[in-house]
Amino acid sequence: MVSEEEVESIAKLADITIEKEKLAGFTSRFNDILEYFDILDQVAPDETTKDDLYNVLREDEVMPSLTQEEALVNSGETEEGYIKSPKVM
Amino acid sequence: MSDSNSGCGCGCGDGKGCAGAAKPSEKDVKDLKVIIGLEIHCQLNTKTKLFCGCSADFRDDAPNTHVCPICLGLPGALPKLNKQAVIYALKVAKALNLEISEVSEFSRKNYFYPDLPKGYQISQYDKPIALRGKMTVDDDEGHEKVIRITRIHLEEDPGRLVHKISRDRAGYTLVDYNRSSIPLIEIVTEPDLSSPKEARRFLNKLRATLEYLDVFDGEKEGSIRVDANISLEGHNRVECKNISSYKGVEKALTFEITRQRNLIRRGQEIVQETRHFLEGRGITTGSRSKEDENDYRYFPEPDLKPLRVKDWADKIELPELPDAKRERFMSQYKISVNHAKTLVGDIKVADFYEGILKNPAISKETELAATWVCDTLLGELYYRDMKIDAVPRECFADLVALLKDKKVTDKVAVDVLRAMLDDIHEGRKCAMPSETVEKSGLGKGSDDEFTEIIKKVVAANPQAVADYHSGKGNAINFIVGQIMKETKGRADPKSLNKLIVDYIASME
Ligand SMILES: [Zn+2]
Repeated sequence: MVSEEEVESIAKLADITIEKEKLAGFTSRFNDILEYFDILDQVAPDETTKDDLYNVLREDEVMPSLTQEEALVNSGETEEGYIKSPKVM
Repeated sequence: MSDSNSGCGCGCGDGKGCAGAAKPSEKDVKDLKVIIGLEIHCQLNTKTKLFCGCSADFRDDAPNTHVCPICLGLPGALPKLNKQAVIYALKVAKALNLEISEVSEFSRKNYFYPDLPKGYQISQYDKPIALRGKMTVDDDEGHEKVIRITRIHLEEDPGRLVHKISRDRAGYTLVDYNRSSIPLIEIVTEPDLSSPKEARRFLNKLRATLEYLDVFDGEKEGSIRVDANISLEGHNRVECKNISSYKGVEKALTFEITRQRNLIRRGQEIVQETRHFLEGRGITTGSRSKEDENDYRYFPEPDLKPLRVKDWADKIELPELPDAKRERFMSQYKISVNHAKTLVGDIKVADFYEGILKNPAISKETELAATWVCDTLLGELYYRDMKIDAVPRECFADLVALLKDKKVTDKVAVDVLRAMLDDIHEGRKCAMPSETVEKSGLGKGSDDEFTEIIKKVVAANPQAVADYHSGKGNAINFIVGQIMKETKGRADPKSLNKLIVDYIASME
């Protein structure tokens, strides 16, 4: 279970403002989701869930990248090929 | 800086001073031991990025041209781990004597910043690829000491941010994801380093080792970045971030130690904090942000499978590393420890040295060659900001051969070397030193030739000769100077001096 304080601090880390009056609602929805995980945790792992894959790797071979236009197509604002973001630092 | 009027400075809140506020003596402050630990991020020189096939060779290219759905963190894109990056990390781990982990895993380090398109950085957290190693370094007295390595882990580089000021002075940030997901290894040391100079030597040796392993190119801008933990014995620790050059590490540490000592002198306690190094100004500044380890909310990366690569490390063959090469150079070439250390400090210099010795004319001149590489060539290169690869080995070997055969004086050799480097530096073809010397008549002259010059100069300066004969020993210096000028440095100063003294004595 998470508390309202925890939700507040997570919102801060994600740079999201949650209004005071909506905090309780968000907290209970977070807790609903976390309860699903509690349910999942009760399922004992069996053969079908077993995953013993390891060392899944690829060779160091260059593949084509996107063009700059393709790369920037979803960006709100750009400048000289850069993605523009609000000021940080 | 806090205002000294506001209290006694020891943090007790007492405005009038308290028992604990006694300022330490100058000697006590000076004697406080310096404790330094480093976290070193090095870019691995793979062809592609850590989790996608985008080319890692991005430095001269336009922003956002080495990107794909994976390194842009687009929804649904899955990371695919680069095998070469894993092998490179294992090589480094083995070279620094770390234990390779049976199982290692990737985690997500969550933080919200525009350099991370996914909102998290894929890194290794509680299961790094290797733990517990060591590397030796010379301390400030020249004694070898062991620096313990805590761990090495693999992670992806974030993108690059450019901070701009707009016309309305509001400021904004530009983001280039070409660097996003370039493979890094982070090497973490125990707090075993005791001075800024020692830390710099450690970094230099680490760089040399990584270049011997051919997994890293230290000449690429931003290929190494260092965070340093610094404290004075018995006081709080400060983490200093954002140091991006070898020189910067020494500067940042020196600044920080002085700052901490000054606070302690005034009886103030060091605030445990993260500070940023401003390279241009050579200072560190406090950053109010307090990043708690918990805030990163690390959890295992579900899109990547664990690594079990311990047995891979056994199969990796390491090249000869700096320490072993130094020992070999000393025994094989009978050169001094200082020359050997200088030569092996950069694999390109070591290879150059062994390369010129392949020339049969100087293959036995190991000491002469080491002296001229270490004591002259490297300084001249540094002065011109040139790399040793630019120097044709046959030209330098030819110069050493001239010295061996005593065909030129040291002074002429230096002049020829300088002209040669200037030629290369300015894009001209560099001539063989033996040709230059022959063409411009710089070869060492015969005693007969010099005696003629001596006769001429002496005849032109009867007063100086008379003064010398009347007991003014200094008077000879004037004559020597005149003769040196006439012979243009082609005479060996010692034998020239003897010729002059003998000649003047014979006149009596
Ligand atoms: Zn990519």
